[in-house]
Amino acid sequence: MSNQHPPAWPMYRALVGIGMLCGLLIAIVYIGTAPVIAQNRAEALEAAVFRVLEGAEQRVTFVRAEDGFVVDDEATGPAIHAGYDADGTLVGIAIEASGMGYADLITVLYGYSPAKETIVGFQVLGSMETPGLGDKIAKDPRFLANFEALDVRLDESRQALVNRVTTVKQGTKTESWQVDGITGATISSVAVGEILAASTAEWLPLIAANLSAIEEGVGED
Amino acid sequence: MKTEPSAADEFVKGLWRENPVFVQVLGMCPVLAVSNTAMNALAMGLATTFVMFMSNTLVATLRHVIPKQVRIATYILIIATFVTIVDYAIEAISLELHAALGAFIALIVVNCLILGRAEAFASKHTVPRAMLDGLGMGVGFTFALFCLGAVRELLGNGSLFGVAVLPAAFEPWIVMILPGGGFFTLAAWLLFINYLKRRDAERAALAEAAR
Repeated sequence: MSNQHPPAWPMYRALVGIGMLCGLLIAIVYIGTAPVIAQNRAEALEAAVFRVLEGAEQRVTFVRAEDGFVVDDEATGPAIHAGYDADGTLVGIAIEASGMGYADLITVLYGYSPAKETIVGFQVLGSMETPGLGDKIAKDPRFLANFEALDVRLDESRQALVNRVTTVKQGTKTESWQVDGITGATISSVAVGEILAASTAEWLPLIAANLSAIEEGVGED
Repeated sequence: MKTEPSAADEFVKGLWRENPVFVQVLGMCPVLAVSNTAMNALAMGLATTFVMFMSNTLVATLRHVIPKQVRIATYILIIATFVTIVDYAIEAISLELHAALGAFIALIVVNCLILGRAEAFASKHTVPRAMLDGLGMGVGFTFALFCLGAVRELLGNGSLFGVAVLPAAFEPWIVMILPGGGFFTLAAWLLFINYLKRRDAERAALAEAAR
C-alpha cells in the first residue's frame, strides 16, 4: 500500500493564488460600489427625514457634544436631524431610534415638533418582522395614524415627559400619548411604543435645553 | 459510443428536464424563504444565476490547476467571492431590495446547487459548456423561484410585482406569504409538474405501443 502524501506545492499554489485573485476581485468591486452605496444610504435617510417632517426643505445634522449639540453632517453615530422650511425656520427634528422587535432589531425615524411637543411623523427604516403580521408596523395606515400627533410633552422641569409613550391593545386608545396597537402583531407594535418611549426620554430633554442653538442651525457651518 | 449533448441541450436541460428546484429539489432554503413576492424571487434567482455562471466559468478555467484534495475549499472560496460581489451590487442598485433579501444573499454561498454544479459539472467540462450549464441551471432556478413567488404574492397579497391585480374584495391569504405558504406552494407546483411528466410518459408509451 502506498503511503505517499500528495505534493504540497500545487495545493498552496491553488489556494493562495485563487485566494489572491478573489481578494483582488472583491477589492475592485468594493471600491467601485462603496461611493454609490454611501450615496444610496444618505439619500434614503434624507428622504426619510423629509417624509417625517412635512414642510421641511433643508436638513442639518447635530451630534451630542459636552455642552449641547454641534453640527456634523458626516455623523455616523447617534444624531438628530433638524428640518427647516425654505425660510430657515425650524419645522421639527427627526430622530433615529432602535430596539428589539419580534424577529430582530427594529430601526425607526420619527419626527418631533418642539412647537407642538408631539411626534408628527414616523417611518420604519429597518425591520425583519414577520411578513404579513409584524411588518404591519411599517405599512398599516391605522397604526401609522398614531404618529400624526402623538403627545410627548415635557413636564415643568423640562427633564422628563409628562406621560410615557405606551402601546395599548388595538381599539382601546383613549389618551393622546397612547399608541393603538395591532392585533396579530402585538410584540412588534409594543416594541415600537417602547422604542419611542426610551428615545423620547433620552433626546427630548436635551433638545429642549438646546433648542435655540438648533433653531439657528441653518445659519451655522 | 456516448455522444456529447449539443450546446443548446446543455443550456436547456436546466430549464425543465433537470430543473434544480422542480426536479433535483436543490437549494430549498432560498426557494422557501425568499419567494414571498415575485420581485424578491426574481432578484434572488438572478443573483444566484450570476454566482453560478461566474463560479462555473472560473472553476472550469482553473480545473487543471486545482488539486482534488483542496477542490471543495477552492470552490467555496470562488463562490463566496461572487456572492460578496453580488451583495455589493444589489446594495448599490437598491437598498430596499437589499433589505428585503436580507441574510439570504450571503447564504447563496451555501446553496448546494452552486457547489453541486461546480463539483459535478464545471470541474469536468470545458469553459463554454460550464458557462452554458451555469446559465441554464440559473435560469431554471430563477424560473422556479418566480413560479413560487408569483403565486404566493398573488394569493397572499392580491398583487404582482407590488401592483394590485385582484379586486379589493379579495381577502389576502396571509399564510401564503408566511413560511408555511412556501411549503404549500412548492408542494402544489411539484404535484402539477409530476402530473405533466406522468401524462407525457403515458402518451409516449401509448404512441410506442400503437406503432
